[in-house]
Amino acid sequence: MSVRKLLDGNGAAAEAMRLARVQVVSAYPITPQSPLAERLADYVADGSLKAKYIRVESEHTAMSAAVGAQLTGVRTGTATSSVGLALMHEVLGLASGCRVPIVMPVVNRSLVSPWSLWCDHQDTMAERDSGWIQLYVENCQEVLDTVLMAYRLAEDPRVLTPTMVCMDGFFLSHTSEAVIVPDQAEVDAFLPPYKKQNMYLDVEDPMFVNDLTPPGDFTEMRWQQKVGFDNALTVLEEVQEEFARRFGRRYHILDAYRCEDAEVVLVAMGSMSGTAKYVVNQLREQGKRVGVLRIVCFRPFPVEQLREVLRNVPVVGVMDRTAGLGAEVGPVCTEVRAALSCSDTPHRVVGFMGGLAGRDLSPAIMRKVFNQLLDIAAGAPAPTAMQWVDVRPDAMEIREVKQRV
Amino acid sequence: MSKLHASATQPSSGYRYVYGPCATVFQATKTGTWRTHRPVVNQELCNRCSKCARYCPSDLFSMDRKDRSVPVTIDMEYCKGCGICAEVCPLKAIEMVPERSVR
Repeated sequence: MSVRKLLDGNGAAAEAMRLARVQVVSAYPITPQSPLAERLADYVADGSLKAKYIRVESEHTAMSAAVGAQLTGVRTGTATSSVGLALMHEVLGLASGCRVPIVMPVVNRSLVSPWSLWCDHQDTMAERDSGWIQLYVENCQEVLDTVLMAYRLAEDPRVLTPTMVCMDGFFLSHTSEAVIVPDQAEVDAFLPPYKKQNMYLDVEDPMFVNDLTPPGDFTEMRWQQKVGFDNALTVLEEVQEEFARRFGRRYHILDAYRCEDAEVVLVAMGSMSGTAKYVVNQLREQGKRVGVLRIVCFRPFPVEQLREVLRNVPVVGVMDRTAGLGAEVGPVCTEVRAALSCSDTPHRVVGFMGGLAGRDLSPAIMRKVFNQLLDIAAGAPAPTAMQWVDVRPDAMEIREVKQRV
Repeated sequence: MSKLHASATQPSSGYRYVYGPCATVFQATKTGTWRTHRPVVNQELCNRCSKCARYCPSDLFSMDRKDRSVPVTIDMEYCKGCGICAEVCPLKAIEMVPERSVR
């Protein structure tokens, strides 16, 4: 029988990993992921998770050990955040290139420098081309459900691609919600035990894994990964459908909220989407035709689905939670613009950026964004450069430092 | 997005397709082609102490420690010519001779 538990995002992810019966955990603690790593250690210590917990000395080793363990034919668990993910960078490519379907919760936190502990999306955006599927969630129930679905997606023989489940640091990782935790038997029926497939380490059937690959084969192996990504959206829809049938909670690749007749839609990801939906409800009461399109699956980027939802929306805003330094707009907006550039209907796509390193994307900020987009729909010029919606006007004067103290 | 990609053909009987970099043919690269200098053993001077054999990173030396009439040999298909044997030899009985040159 499923139970309702008060869980934060870290707790929901740890529950999901226990329900998935991970057999090896190799995790290194980092704020704001630490309670997740600690909770998994507690489960192993109290015997409720039958797993080996490897106390590694870094995230580089955490991922290396996870890859090695999973290649022997077990489901492994790890999780990280921010600079920990950056330290894993090299090994992320090993996992994806060797098609090792690890599922990893990532608690989104800014990258250095400036040093910060708080949420933005720069850490996972910096890994968007590492060959991992990336799913972004909005609340703690979705953390638990998405981690469970991610195993089915990643391990599907048509996909064989490791998957990050990205949750906003503190906004989700440390905020408690009533979360429905499904029964172990229900999860076992949905997620059977891990079976080794494709490449593996087995003395009875030896193979040399990750050998030097000449130019004559490298492109083809990247193509194999591309095929996995091509298949992932279809497989994810199948998995979401089966999850809804078994557990009664329905998820989608894109979460379109009041977009049907909208003239203005804001594209969002993660926990900010809830605030955007709240503001949409207020503006709808005033008769404004506005909506929110939350991107759940960022890698692979669902171009066709996005074009379909936004087909008749003339003005599209995109809220990036990373600065995208040196680009005209942030990474999410760049993707949306690229997808819509092939659309058969015209769109104006405006990039916004805010909520860095824990700064709140408040209803007031969201109202400001929607009002600018509504002005554009009414004929105001659409800026091409990214709009920094929450930067303070005194940005260049915030450190007045006494000389030779 | 309904089209799913897969392999176009079936693998032969007893075989399967694996995605990503792997190999089941276990073969060491003939590293002897990398060599610029070759070790030459002075068989008369050598007292078969076997220090060279213990230090050789590729374990390529053969000798009979009790019978000095059996020459010391080195597997030149794999010898990279690193010169560690010549460095550690207490009797200086191994000389590194340049390849592709006449002495």
